[in-house]
Parts: sequence; structure tokens; C-alpha cells
Amino acid sequence: MNDTLLSRRVTCNSHGQNSSYFLGWQEYERNPYHHITNPSGIIQMGLAENQLSFDLLETWLASHPEATDFKNADGSLSLFRQLALFQDYHGLPAFKVALAEFMSELRGNKVSFDPNKLVLTAGSTSANEALVFCLANPGEAFLIPTPYYPGFDRDLKWRTGAEIIPIHCSSTNGFRLSKPALEDAYRRATKLKLQVKGVLITNPSNPLGTTMTPIELSTLADFIEAKNLHLICDEIYSGTNFITPEDFISIKQVVAQRPHLSNQIHIVYSLSKDLGLPGFRVGAIYSENDLVVEAATKMSSFGLISSQTQYLLAKMLGDKEFTRNYIVENKTRLKERHYKLVNGLGDIGIECLESNSGLFCWVDMRHLLKRNSFESEMELWKKIVYDVGLNISPGSSCHCTEPGWFRVCFANMTEATLDLAMQRLGEFVQSGGVMRRQRRLGPAAIAWWARRLLTASVKSLEQLSR
Amino acid sequence: MRIIVPLQGIVQGRGGLILGSLIPCALLYFFQFYLKRNRSSPPPDSPSASTANLPELTGIPRNSSRTSLPTRGSIRPVPVSSRATAIARDSDSAYYTGWKKYLEDPYHPTSNPDGIIQLGLSENHLSLDLIEEWLAANLQKSLLGEKRGDLSISGLATYEPLGGLMDLKIAMAGFMSQIMGGSVSFNPAQIILTAGATPAIEALSFCLADPGNAFLVPSPYYPGFDRDINLRTGIKLIPVHCRSSNNFSLSIAALEREYKQAKKRRIKVRAVLLCNPSNPVGNILHRETLYDLLSFVTDKNLHLISDEVYAGSTYGTEEFASIAELLDTGAFDNSRVHIIYGLSKDLSLPGFRVGAIYSYNENVISAVSKLTRFCAISLPTQHLLVSMLSDTKFIEEYLKVNRERLAQMYALFVDELKQLGVECFKSSGGFYCWVDMSKFLKSYSVKGELELWENILNVARVVVTPGASCHCIEPGWFRFCFTTVTERDVPLVMKRISKVLKDHKASQ
Repeated sequence: MNDTLLSRRVTCNSHGQNSSYFLGWQEYERNPYHHITNPSGIIQMGLAENQLSFDLLETWLASHPEATDFKNADGSLSLFRQLALFQDYHGLPAFKVALAEFMSELRGNKVSFDPNKLVLTAGSTSANEALVFCLANPGEAFLIPTPYYPGFDRDLKWRTGAEIIPIHCSSTNGFRLSKPALEDAYRRATKLKLQVKGVLITNPSNPLGTTMTPIELSTLADFIEAKNLHLICDEIYSGTNFITPEDFISIKQVVAQRPHLSNQIHIVYSLSKDLGLPGFRVGAIYSENDLVVEAATKMSSFGLISSQTQYLLAKMLGDKEFTRNYIVENKTRLKERHYKLVNGLGDIGIECLESNSGLFCWVDMRHLLKRNSFESEMELWKKIVYDVGLNISPGSSCHCTEPGWFRVCFANMTEATLDLAMQRLGEFVQSGGVMRRQRRLGPAAIAWWARRLLTASVKSLEQLSR
Repeated sequence: MRIIVPLQGIVQGRGGLILGSLIPCALLYFFQFYLKRNRSSPPPDSPSASTANLPELTGIPRNSSRTSLPTRGSIRPVPVSSRATAIARDSDSAYYTGWKKYLEDPYHPTSNPDGIIQLGLSENHLSLDLIEEWLAANLQKSLLGEKRGDLSISGLATYEPLGGLMDLKIAMAGFMSQIMGGSVSFNPAQIILTAGATPAIEALSFCLADPGNAFLVPSPYYPGFDRDINLRTGIKLIPVHCRSSNNFSLSIAALEREYKQAKKRRIKVRAVLLCNPSNPVGNILHRETLYDLLSFVTDKNLHLISDEVYAGSTYGTEEFASIAELLDTGAFDNSRVHIIYGLSKDLSLPGFRVGAIYSYNENVISAVSKLTRFCAISLPTQHLLVSMLSDTKFIEEYLKVNRERLAQMYALFVDELKQLGVECFKSSGGFYCWVDMSKFLKSYSVKGELELWENILNVARVVVTPGASCHCIEPGWFRFCFTTVTERDVPLVMKRISKVLKDHKASQ
């Protein structure tokens, strides 16, 4: 049986798995660092995962066996029966209430969420895809500010048939969203004869780690109002805003001020980043648009959350004392780790974009490039992966228009590992960027990799400039 | 034309023709403007109460460009996608209506004895006590995994590999083998795990066909397929009608006919989708039929999807053979065969969302694995199931007892219905009876069937599934699930139904 018998979706490349973002992961998986068994392996700094506060979750679980033992108050296991049979796509009511309150808590209780307007999905990946299915017909487009999370190319476009048009943001104004940039993206979409259905933003931003300013949010709201568009606001990092709580302004606060836009604004949330539980697969869509909520609820059949997990989290998030302490302690640890990375990089002459959230820094390595080009960026990236042994994400994989920027994660490793990473990078920079490590690739292999990565990045850039 | 002709009389030649075409167009064009201007504008939105409570947001500047915006009244609502509109409105089918009504007033033997009895949901409540017993003895160990002594969440919480934990794939492969009576072994590397069989079938469909293509499906078939397969993929389902005269078994001739018809209509058929044991009929496909099917799909160069979610829920004398067994012989190209499985039926755990695709095609395995990021199984559940499925002794006991209980309940329902004068098809698996109520129809038509269904729902207050929802070509067949009630409830069910049947017989 030949390949022509599979669908076009499978045989084409729009799952984006060939971007350098994923290639780096593959290299890491081939040679992962371990402090004992593989101390010269590649350190994973390309994974935006929060592993800093597991102990808090473990302590809670150990002291609350009722969250996981399926026992009712009377000690019988009848709770198990209820959960085993619970497949209602409206979700476990207790969990939705707890989640709505948790989301409110993360926003300083400045806004409240109605549990009936929440749709549960198996992770924010599923939530984003379902929302695009609900809002855009195949061939219609969403505008997304660059740089953006590489996974969007796959999550938003692959099965939905939607298109992404990047909104070019640059370092000249700190990668902030501006009206001219929005208008330019809209114009480019129109030129390509694409119907623009909406804008998608991530706030706090991935990969920048910054929160949107009131002016940016206002500009955005004006824009979607003028052009009659939807706005998807991915707020999955809302609990990682670690400098000043007031920095993070949720789009829900904007909706409160402009209620006539409530049918056009939709929020995506997940517990993968804030609680560090990506394996639990917990995501949600929040919308005031009843049609969207109804459609997304039914679509969630394709990605429901296990009732066992819903129950566990209903208990955990329902413990307000725990969640309040967790949010504060988690932010403290993130802040500490953030500054450790920023200062460590600063000591070796590498600056980061000033950021106040996220699990990563947006690092400026433009001065380390041979030339101001993406080929140079790839060359530097390759050196950092193979010679230095750090898997970081190149800006081009995030569709950044300026070469030389990299996303470096800091929350998915121990402090000792981060120290080692800084040490390795320091040695690399001090040696003029030509450090050679024990394990290296031969020149032929390097050339092959360079060609492969170049083709992948040029292809994705071509697609961008369509 | 009426305007053109008189004009031609006035202005001779081509000029008349041109004017005669231009003038009506111009009139129509200006008429549209007139209509638009006079259309009433929607009422302005009332401000939300919460704006009063957010003084700190006055900092968000309002751009002067707002003054140049059109007035609120003329802004049209932002449209959603056509898929959203379609799914939001899709609640008219009997299948979903009955379910909704039950949720509003569910029967309970003590607290709500007059409530609606649910015989329309194919869920097995008969053997959950066995799993409860297992949990009581094994839970702590299973949640944490036997390798970890303490409650380490890092293994539970971090990103999982694509397509599920290898440990669970291994356990699932073993479980599937046990289900099939050990007659075939499954390779864990060919299993992809998903959050239930629903996303499994959708993901597989995305990989095998393009929008507008079709799958041939023997009917009557599971009503959920219409939504699960078509909604987001755009793949059509073409029913291949099976009839009572032929024991609702699949005829290759009928398959050929539908295939040819589709070709004539320029619809590209990409796969045949089976459910074996079948839902709603409950019959098991014979080895010969499976063999013929494999020949058919090979000849037409199609895929074969075998949905075997009820493989462990057989109770008749007929032996179940998975399509995998026939492929073991090596007589067919197995890269076109894909099996759907899950734990919602055989292990009564629909809430835990555990499904699987088993494929022999590397490209399909690779593609579907990538798609599992949209529908992955929650890690705590994966860990729990590794433990449960690896306990082969428990599984063996469970399967045996469950089958006995299913057989018992099936027999009870069939006997009781017989006493009401209602015949059932001889099923061998599944959670339901396939009931022939055609002689109670007021008119032998879909209308008559739905009338009877409504009376059973509203008068007898019992939810059943009409054959029309399952695309059955013969009116009067109904699916009655017998696994959601206890033996004690059966007399009440029969009593309620008999009233409606008497009315229907009387009015004939």
C-alpha cells in the first residue's frame, strides 16, 4: 500500500514537526543530560515546563488521600462508580467551579468567571484547536504577533485548515504590539485574499515572558472592534507573573470595560504551566459567546479530561488556603530562578529582554552572530546545541523577524543544572564562540545538519512571507 | 425580458437590448440600498454591571479612533465557523433528545421511582463492583506506580511521550490479547493511546481520508459515528444496508453496489468501517465475512477500520474473532487495516477516557501519534490502568464474571420482552437487545417508528434508541440497552412498556 492512500493532511508537512524547535528536542532526546549517568549530555532548556514547585503539590497530595482514593465520606468506594461512568462533556461541576475560582484568584479576584461558560479540554493544545475550529472556516486566517510559540503552527492550522498571518513585532519597541503592525498584517492577509477571522495573542507572552501593557490591550480591543474580529487570548501563563501582580491585565478585565466585545473575546487556560501539571492534560476555553461555548462543549468529546483527574483537581483547587500559598510561593521561586538566569547571562555579556513572567527568558545573542542573518542564527544555534550542549529555541522557530534572539527556559531543571548551563555558555562565549567539547560531530555531519536546518527554516520563512 | 422587449420596441437594434438589460440591473441595485437603509438596527447593548467595580482600569486609554467607528447599531455580530453553527444546532436527533430528557429526570428505585429509565445509553453498570474490589486492595500502589515508593509527582505530572506511556501500551497489548482469548498477540509499538475511542476514530479518519471522501459503513450503525467522523473531518458516511431477512449480516454484494454508486456520484471511497461485535445489532462477524471483506478492500485499494470496542463483551455461543487474527495468517496486506479499541465498554470506564488505535501501517502510526497531543490520556489515569491491566489474574476473572452477567441480563430481557409479544434479534455481544417492534407501529414507516419511540419516552418514560437514528433501513427496530438497570428494575421496565404497546396494538 503506497502513501497516496493516506490523506493529504498526513502527507503534507503542515504539522510543523520539522522546525528547528522540534529538531532540537530530538537531539536532546538522543543525548539527554543527566548529572550522574551523562554529565556531558545536552541540557534541555527548550522545554517550557514548571518543575519548581512539585514538592508543594506532593505535600498536598500526601495529606489529602481523599482526592485520589475514590472513597466517599462514608468510606465506601461508590465515588469510583460515579467517576468511572462520568463522561458528560459539560465537565464535573465541582471541578469547573474550583477552576473558575482559581482563575479568578490568579487575577487577584479583579474579575470572576462563570463556570457555565467554561469548556474543559484535554490540555490547552486541544482548547486552541477547538476554538479555531469554532471560529474559522478552512482557509480563513488568524493574525498572531511574532515571536510566537512554534506549536501554534501545528495546533491551529493542521487539522483546521486555518491560516496564520504573523504580526511583525520588533525589538525597536520591545516587541510590543502596535496599531501599524496590526494594520500591516491585516493588509498582507487581504493581499493574499485571506479572510481574517481573528487575532490570537498569548498574554503573558511565550516566548517573550512579558505581559501586555494597557495601551497594547486597548489598541488590540480597538482593532478587533473596528475590523469585527474575534480575539483569542491564551492566558496559560497567567500564574507565572512574578514581579508585580498588577502587571498582568487579563483580557477579561478589558471585556468588563467593553462589554459589547464580550461575544468576540475568548480565553484559553491550562494547568500545565501554572501548576506544573502538563501530564494531567487539563485545559479550558472561557467565552461569553453562547454559540461558541455550546459548539466547543460538544467538540470537547474529542478531548475530554479523565473524571479521575477532574475530581482530584476539584479537591486541590477547592482548597483555597493551598492555592493562595501555592501561587505566592511558586511566583517567588520563579522570580528567583529568572534572576539567576538573567544575572548569569548578564555576567557573560548577554542581555535578556526585560520580562516579568513565563518560564523562560528572551535572550539577545545578536552580538554573537557572525552576520545579521538567519543562517548565522542557525549556525550559532547548532554550536550551542552540539558544542555547548544546551538545547535552546532559536527565534526563527518562533517566527521572529530579527535574527539572534533565543528562548531559554529556566524552570525545568535543578539549580545545579542551571549553574552548569551558565558555566558552559560562559566558556563558549569567552573562547570566542569556538569552544569544542569532547563529543562532537564530524564536519560532514555538521554540514548535513546545517543544510537540513537551513532548508527547514527557509521553508518556514517562505511560508510566512506568503 | 418583459422590460427588454418593450424597450426594444422603442429603441431599435442593439441599443434597446443594452438599455433593456442595464435599466433593470440599475433599478435592482438602487433598490437594495433602499432596503438596507430602512432595515431596523439592533438595540444597543446594556452595559455590564461589573464595569462599575473596576476603577483601576480607567488607566486603559480609549483611542480617538473610536470616534471614527460606525455606530454600534450597525455592527453585525462576528460570525463563527460553519462547523460551530452545525454542531451547536445538532441536538435534534432522537439519540441526543432522549439522553437530555433522562438527565432532567433520572430514575432511581428509591428516590425517584417515577423518573425516566435510561435504556438508550450503552454503558455497563453490571460489573463495577469487581473493579471497586480491586481498587480497595490496590489503589495506593497503582496511583503511584510500584516503582516509586513515595508520592513523587514529577513522574505523574511531566509531559508524556507521544501516544501514551510505553508501560500502558504494553499493558494494553496484553489486555487486548486476553480479551481475544489469547488467539492473537498485539505489539505495543503499534498501539497509539487516545482519550477515548471517540478521538481515536476521528484522528484515524483524519489520516485516512480527505474532506469530501467517504467511508462505507454497514448499517444499522452506532449513531455517534455521524458526528464523530463527519463533524470536523468532512468525511461522509455511506450506509451499506443490512436487512433482517439476511440476519443483518453484511453482504459483500451490497458493499460492491454502494461502492459503485459512490463512484458514479464521483465520491471517493477511502475505507470500510465496521463495528465488530456490532452496535446496535449485537452480531459478530464470521471469519468468512472478515476474509471476504479483506479481499474486497484489497481489491478496491481501501482501508479497513475495525471498531472492536465490544470485543470483551460477548456472551453468546458464537466465538469472536478479531480482524487481527486473520491478518496473522499473512494472506493479506495488513498495512490497510486499523483497529479501534477502548476501555469504555469492556472495562466499564467511560469516565477515564481511554482509547486506542492499533495499526499495522507505520505512516499511520506516526501521523496518529502526532495527533494525540490533542487527545492524550491524563497521566494519573494512565498509571492507574498500568496497574489494573497488568493484573492478568484479575482481568481474567473480571472478563469471565462480566460475560456471565451480560448473558444473564440479556436472557432476562429477551424472555420478558417475548412475554409482551416482542421478538429480539439473536445477539452475541454488546450491551443491548435489537428489538423488533414493527408489528406495533401504527404505520410501517420512519414516522410510525418515531411515534412509537416518542410514546415510549413520554408515556412509558423509558429511553430507547430508534433504528432510524442508527440508519436502519427497516422501520420498527429499536435498541434497548440492558446494562444500565438491575434485575429488580426489569419488571417495572416491562410494565411501563406494555402499557404503550397495548395502546399501539389497540389502535391498529
